Amino acid sequence: MVRAIDRKLLRDLSLLKGQVATIALVVAAGITAYVSTFSIYRSLSTSQQAYYERARFADVFARLERAPNAVMEQVATLPGVAQAEAREVETVLLDMPTLAEPVVGQIVSIPGRGLPLLNQLHLRAGRMVEPGRSNEVVVNEAFFEAHGLELGDRILALVNGRRVALRVVGVALSPEFVYAVPPGGFWDDNLRFGIFWMDRDVLAAAFRMEGAFNDVIIRLAPGANPEAVVDALDRVLKPYGGLGAYPRDKQISDRYVTSEIQQLKGNATVVPVIFLGVAAFLVNVVLSRLIGTQREQIAALKALGYSDVTVGAHYLKLVMVVVGLGAVGGVAMGVWAGRALMGLYTEVFRFPLLTFRLDLGTVVGSILFSAGSAVVGALAAVRQVVRLPPAEAMRPLAPPTYRPSLLERSGFHRLFSQGGRMVLRDLERRPVRLLLSSLGIGLAVAILIVGSFSIDAVRYLMDVQYGQVQREALSLTFSRSVPDRVRRELEHIPGVLHTEPLRMVPVRLVAGPRNYETAIQGLPAGGEHRQVLDAERRPVALAGEGLMLGRELARRLGVGVGDALRVEVQEGGRPVREARVVYLVDDLIGLSAYMEIGALDRLMGDDRTITGATLSVDRARMDEIYARIKELPLVAGVGRTDLFKQQFEKQVAEVMVVFTFVLAVFAAAIAVGVVYNNARIALAVRARDLASLRVLGFTRREISLILLSEIAVSLLLALPMGLVLGKVFAIGVASVAVDSELFRLPPIIEPSTYAFAVLVVLAAGVVSALLVRRRLDHLDLIGVLKTRE
Amino acid sequence: MAVAVRQQVQDAARVVLSARGLTKVYRMGEVDVHALRGVDFSLSEGEFVVLLGASGSGKSTLLNIIGGLDVPTQGQVHYLDHDLAHASERELTRYRREHVGFVFQFYNLIPSLTARENVALVTDIAVSPMRPEQALELVGLGGRLDHFPSQLSGGEQQRVALARAIAKRPSLLLCDEPTGALDAKTGRVVLEVIARINQELGTTTAVITHNAPIAQMADRVVTLADGRVATERHNARKRAPSELEW
Repeated sequence: MVRAIDRKLLRDLSLLKGQVATIALVVAAGITAYVSTFSIYRSLSTSQQAYYERARFADVFARLERAPNAVMEQVATLPGVAQAEAREVETVLLDMPTLAEPVVGQIVSIPGRGLPLLNQLHLRAGRMVEPGRSNEVVVNEAFFEAHGLELGDRILALVNGRRVALRVVGVALSPEFVYAVPPGGFWDDNLRFGIFWMDRDVLAAAFRMEGAFNDVIIRLAPGANPEAVVDALDRVLKPYGGLGAYPRDKQISDRYVTSEIQQLKGNATVVPVIFLGVAAFLVNVVLSRLIGTQREQIAALKALGYSDVTVGAHYLKLVMVVVGLGAVGGVAMGVWAGRALMGLYTEVFRFPLLTFRLDLGTVVGSILFSAGSAVVGALAAVRQVVRLPPAEAMRPLAPPTYRPSLLERSGFHRLFSQGGRMVLRDLERRPVRLLLSSLGIGLAVAILIVGSFSIDAVRYLMDVQYGQVQREALSLTFSRSVPDRVRRELEHIPGVLHTEPLRMVPVRLVAGPRNYETAIQGLPAGGEHRQVLDAERRPVALAGEGLMLGRELARRLGVGVGDALRVEVQEGGRPVREARVVYLVDDLIGLSAYMEIGALDRLMGDDRTITGATLSVDRARMDEIYARIKELPLVAGVGRTDLFKQQFEKQVAEVMVVFTFVLAVFAAAIAVGVVYNNARIALAVRARDLASLRVLGFTRREISLILLSEIAVSLLLALPMGLVLGKVFAIGVASVAVDSELFRLPPIIEPSTYAFAVLVVLAAGVVSALLVRRRLDHLDLIGVLKTRE
Repeated sequence: MAVAVRQQVQDAARVVLSARGLTKVYRMGEVDVHALRGVDFSLSEGEFVVLLGASGSGKSTLLNIIGGLDVPTQGQVHYLDHDLAHASERELTRYRREHVGFVFQFYNLIPSLTARENVALVTDIAVSPMRPEQALELVGLGGRLDHFPSQLSGGEQQRVALARAIAKRPSLLLCDEPTGALDAKTGRVVLEVIARINQELGTTTAVITHNAPIAQMADRVVTLADGRVATERHNARKRAPSELEW
């Protein structure tokens, strides 16, 4: 038995169905964003923690040149160390049949007997290597899949100058390579970077490392301070060519995964708040209008003996229905979107088990939050009626008071037709509503801009990096330092047009209490390949003895131009030097220091030494060049500039389509929600006036113009607001969401991004305006004249 | 004698609007409401007609049809050579715009526009209108041009509505219960203005009312009951509104 007052609720709902649907849509968009991103955040974060724990992921990492196994006893007894494991890690070039260019492989040793203590492998297929069987390897799943390998396949590797066939016996995952970034790369590249686990004895024999190790991983005792262990480890390994220990949060894979998780968490809070804020505003606008028209009904209810609470609850129920519809739709879409996004993540992040788990707390939280925001939106309107004594509420509202608008008073009176004046005066009478409506639509524009801006910014970053900073076709990394004359060998390769020297010196830069481990890049003065840029992206001449420091690095070290730094070299005889900062470089990727290569040689006290080279080549002869490079034992890594760009473009294109589409739908939901509801209310408020005008002989087109120009004003006001907000948000996102140690996103927004945002929102606005416009054709001309408002 | 002559003049005057056999059936939910059941009606040039009838007698329906706000279910209506019974929405709009001035019980002024601007609404789209100030002068509101509806009394608002109706120099002035929301004194002022416009501008005028005394100021009185014309009479002597009592 439905009570009469609830019947009224149902009828009101069906009367307002367009408005109910559009507000529910906005609520749903907010819940979708929250449920999907927050659930993914939770799933990823729990998967990460559980996996790290189960696989005994190390807390501290260190590379060194070579140390006898006996040193491990010293390492294991350092305070704070719970477990320590020595490994051998080698980088080799691979010759994959599917690719012309050489592929980089990292071979990591595993104990021949038993499991590794730390960074344990999760076997996905096949088996582990058997002790003593030479050349058996377990390969990482991402590489295995990227190359379509099968168990038993052989992979040709250049091991210490010899071609060795590695036999794939197993496929595995490792917590160390959840996201596998090749050396010198910025993103994962599973086609050109593979990880191979090999029996330690076999590997040691191949690289003449018997009885020695070159890599240490450590698990900390509970409560141990990672920094203290890092320092102690550095001291122990220093005589053995220690390359600097680092804690887990600087481990490259963990770093990417954790920063992605943090970003998700940020998205999971900011975006839904915007949507639910807009929804609260819409609920308020619609409800106050509804209550305005139902004044007399409310008075009658109260006169009949309904209490304030019952009447108030009646309207809150209406709000709850809207939120409920939005919640059901939002949770359903959230699950769908979450699953789809999770599919993308399982491709990128290799966890043993990564499934989308709908977090019940998230669902309940999001519903409560949207209900809360909607109730806040509704309360003011409800309170306004409940307060009225019935007798007063039964009298119709006094005619609204108007005055000429500011624009007219300022002497622009003649510019406006009577219709224009009606619009202006109404807008001026409710400036807050106009402002909030425009803000709501503006937020839709801003959401679109923020969503697409990172693509613009990263594309810009890639253009700068590979168009100006690294202009070579190929960059080679050598396995050790060699004299510069080695370059001549490269120049003899047919198709190589020009080479330039490159020297990377791993250093710890120390300024007072602060220090940072990086590499000094030695570049030739007047070189064509690598350039150092100023803030306007103009090349800066490399000259003099000083150090050119990345601006972000200088900020972290707290130094400026003219300050001196202690340079602790992390290789060879580990000399300690001093260098003066002569220039701050506005680089976008990594935290680096640069020097003219001759000056770097002098600083190091040697002559014309290089650790790599950059090449210009005849692209038509690329395959030949690769074939020759693959035979050079010295080459440990090959970077191909155009491939970096291509691969990036492909990744971006994929993500962009999904992301932009979802955001466009969300933004359109907001724009439709705001424009449609405002238009419906404008129509309700104006129906009588517009009908009167029709009776006086105005055509439909003429009255539509009056109604639509109100919508147009709020849209026009919204667009500049949205553009500015979008830019502001983008600057905020660029500075917060990105790990500034990895790279820095310039707040670059392409005109096409602005245009896209504006077009989507305008289209949504126009569609909803047209929906309302249709209602003008059914104005009740006669009815409206017979009744008093 | 003079009255008789005038009567003949009136009879001889050109008929501008004629309706034959009008019926109007509204479908109200499940039932058909017969608002008009075969009405013949005409208006001659310059004539002042009062339509009397109780509520539900069909008088408003008749006015709506001759004013181009509604079309009959059956029957013929012509205004000069306009066929109102078969006109399109667009043609009806144009008819209202060019020929008809409306006055309603509840004024229907636009609250966000001043008196002058409310009149200008019409003069802006009319073919050869008077100036808004002139129209307001005619209804005695020359001094309240820039007042908003919320700053005017009911009688004043109705006179603004009247000014708005006549500013386009309509050939038909149709008033639906123009004094319905006003007290007797204010009502008489409004009726005086209507009478003066009929006389001075020669505007053909039809006034709907359920208030019988008002009929005394008309040339002709048509009484409707139950959707039919019940009686029709010519007043031998038109009374001035100031003489009316109710």
